[in-house]
Amino acid sequence: MELSKIENLLDKYLEATTTLQEEAVLKNYFLSDNVAPHLEVYKSMFLCFAKSKLEILEKPIQFKKEKKNWKWLSVAASVVLLFSVYTGNNYVQEQKAKAQYIEVINTLKLLSTNLNKSNEAMESLYVYEDTLKKIFKTK
Amino acid sequence: MNQSDFLNTILPFKDKVFRLAKRLLVSSEEAEDATQELFFKLWKNKEKIAEYKNVEAFAMTMTKNYCFDRLKSKQASNLTLVHSNYKEKDTSLDKKMEYRDSVNKVHKLIEELPEKQKLVIQLRDIEEYDFEEIGKMLDLKPTAVRVALSRARKTIREKLIKQHNYGVI
Repeated sequence: MELSKIENLLDKYLEATTTLQEEAVLKNYFLSDNVAPHLEVYKSMFLCFAKSKLEILEKPIQFKKEKKNWKWLSVAASVVLLFSVYTGNNYVQEQKAKAQYIEVINTLKLLSTNLNKSNEAMESLYVYEDTLKKIFKTK
Repeated sequence: MNQSDFLNTILPFKDKVFRLAKRLLVSSEEAEDATQELFFKLWKNKEKIAEYKNVEAFAMTMTKNYCFDRLKSKQASNLTLVHSNYKEKDTSLDKKMEYRDSVNKVHKLIEELPEKQKLVIQLRDIEEYDFEEIGKMLDLKPTAVRVALSRARKTIREKLIKQHNYGVI
């Protein structure tokens, strides 16, 4: 291979205008043992590329069984949690309502007993008034 | 599609997937895991594979995206990107011992390139895809591939010359 042709190809190579065939020519040249000294720099490049291509995947490809899908578990757990929060909340609300109910009942009871008390007091007032009328009528 | 059909489909390019993954993730172990994960994903979507005209290009795109995700994720941030020396399986090239150092230097220089240039170098200079295919894989126009490739090649060359002249590692 003429040196000038290689140099020419290298210029194209750096501009990335070489074809795959031309690059193959370059590869062949640089993997050979008679590389011109001033082109040594390219030799390490092409050697590196060639070597890289020899690397292979050594591990066999596995068709592993589906991993246990923990995602579903978390979904289920969150549903349960949501449900229990919901029912728990309901229960708490119920308890609160009950407590309020009892309190209201108690207050009403207190009110009514006090009302009754005042009614009794009022009755004695009526008695007082009646007697007062009687007294003034007799006058 | 059964297992052997699937294996026959992916076998021609499984090493390319691995090498691309390794180029991006650096460590061999990471790349092996990534490859395994990718093929498992492909296997799960095996019904769709038949629809793709170019499974290989699709797999390469998937690899690129998957590796980028890996690099971005927190998982990967804990990873030490230790450069494992590139072992070659071939013995005929092994004789050229004197070039081993300079070859490793080139590997390191590729590693320092921006992601796009790294990908382009990997796909063109190592895997020898044409610009059309690379463009499809990376979702770039062929001219953009050319530009990135030219930059990458020039950068590697210039840095090598610099190192050679000044003896800087």
